[in-house]
Amino acid sequence: MAALARPRPDQALKHAILIAATLIALAPTIFMILTSLKTSEEYTFNKVGPPENPVLEHFHTVLFDSGFIGWMVNSTILVVGAVALSTVVSCLGAYAIARMKFAGRGMLFAVSTALMAVPPVVMIVPLFVLYTQLSLISTYQGAILIYAGLITPFSVYLLTSFFRTLPQEIFESARIDGAGDLLILWKIVLPLSLPPLLTLVVVNALYVWNDLLIAIIFLQDDAKRTLMAGINVFQGRYGDQIPLTMAGMVFASAPMIILYVAFQRYFIQGLMAGSIK
Amino acid sequence: MHSSRITPYLYVAPLVALLLFVFGYPLVRIFEFSFKMVRGIDGPWIGFRNYELVLTQSLFWESVLHNIYLLLAVPFMVGWSLIISVILYERLKGWRLYRIVLFLPYILAIPIIAVIVKKMFQFNGPVNEVLRWIGFDFLALDWIGSSDVALWTVMLLIIWRESALGIILFLARLLSLDESLIESAKIEGANWWQRLWFVIVPQMKIVIEFYIVVSVITILSAVFAYVFVIGGGRGGPGTSTMVVEFYIFNALIRSSLPGIASAVSVMLFLVSLLLIVPLFAIRRRANEEEVR
Repeated sequence: MAALARPRPDQALKHAILIAATLIALAPTIFMILTSLKTSEEYTFNKVGPPENPVLEHFHTVLFDSGFIGWMVNSTILVVGAVALSTVVSCLGAYAIARMKFAGRGMLFAVSTALMAVPPVVMIVPLFVLYTQLSLISTYQGAILIYAGLITPFSVYLLTSFFRTLPQEIFESARIDGAGDLLILWKIVLPLSLPPLLTLVVVNALYVWNDLLIAIIFLQDDAKRTLMAGINVFQGRYGDQIPLTMAGMVFASAPMIILYVAFQRYFIQGLMAGSIK
Repeated sequence: MHSSRITPYLYVAPLVALLLFVFGYPLVRIFEFSFKMVRGIDGPWIGFRNYELVLTQSLFWESVLHNIYLLLAVPFMVGWSLIISVILYERLKGWRLYRIVLFLPYILAIPIIAVIVKKMFQFNGPVNEVLRWIGFDFLALDWIGSSDVALWTVMLLIIWRESALGIILFLARLLSLDESLIESAKIEGANWWQRLWFVIVPQMKIVIEFYIVVSVITILSAVFAYVFVIGGGRGGPGTSTMVVEFYIFNALIRSSLPGIASAVSVMLFLVSLLLIVPLFAIRRRANEEEVR
């Protein structure tokens, strides 16, 4: 009986390792959620266990008495603006690189690809000086331009590689039918490219949403603060009220966790492909 | 058809303009600024003075040293990712669910996770409480507040998060392996460790190298968000979590010295150029491997 119920010892060890790894991976999330439901008083004597009397008051404070909603709106504007701009520019560019012959094509692709490995921090000094001069600090359009630029090399790399795999015949038959390049790109190439496009949107949106460096340098105005910069202000202000801080973190991480659970295939594929950043 | 010769250029024009603005312009100007005493938007040429100032300042070398210390995380990340991915590859019950959970650290934004970890590792926080319960009192350190320990806490956090990428990358490679080799090794009596070391790892050489190079790039040039939150926005306690990126940030924003910040940016850029070469060599080999 015992032999039937019990897995082999090495199997048990492997399961134990996986469970331990899972617990380590989940520990901060579990701590965040449990703590966000405790009162400040309870947290002083119960730091590890589940809350005895769960309260939602901290979420009320986060929603109504902090800047979270505004920060999220700002982050969303930047994500949408930067991802849209970069996607349009990259689609046009990648289509030309993959499907047209012109002088400098190989060079453009090589340089663009190499830019993926240049650290963003290297670019900030001249852009900051220029933006100060042009009064572009703390403007959406200024930050969107920088974000769009930073995510574009990866987009071009991914789209060009994909466009090259599309069979030549579909282009030829479309051309015989008299379709121009824009029409081919719009009606034929893009519908066929939905999986890589989705991957791209996920990776790029995550990059812009999660960024702290550009956000704190180029969006210093309170009204333009992003979620990641806002979190830092929030934890500074309520640093000693740990349950309240954790409620803020639950609120801030919820959108990405929900999207990840819903679209995990695209997250995993995309972040693997974009692992340079 | 008459316009076909300029058509490609119309398509790439927005791309070229965007890349020139966000990469081209800054990369030219950091070199120029690094030889100038910039006050506000410009300033006089001063030769190598900025470099001399930076290279003789102990804070700069301390920052460099901290980045180098953080590189010690890489072997741990590789080892941990390898063990976990190989176990996942055996497709134990529930392995897909494990995979989703184990990748979660890489989805959470660094500023969020850093805030959580900062609270968990407080001197009177839950981590130390658990350590004291299980009798590991000697490990109940002042993880965030002590200048001797804070950088190692940052390193733990980096290992925790970046290993998630390693696990997923390695698992993807494993799933594309030819299983007959592993099976025949099994039949010939190779034990688990022998199969891992002599059959599986050699076939994963390229993806492991790729992961190492990507991790080195990350640690040298993309740990700003970690240290900004853990170090309380100052690289603290004291200067114990200052890194090169933070040094650039401080020189530009806090001290308003774009010339100094540019000199450091130039040096960081040159280091990243050195890393681009192995990165693309490995990438090309990885692509060839996939084609086969």
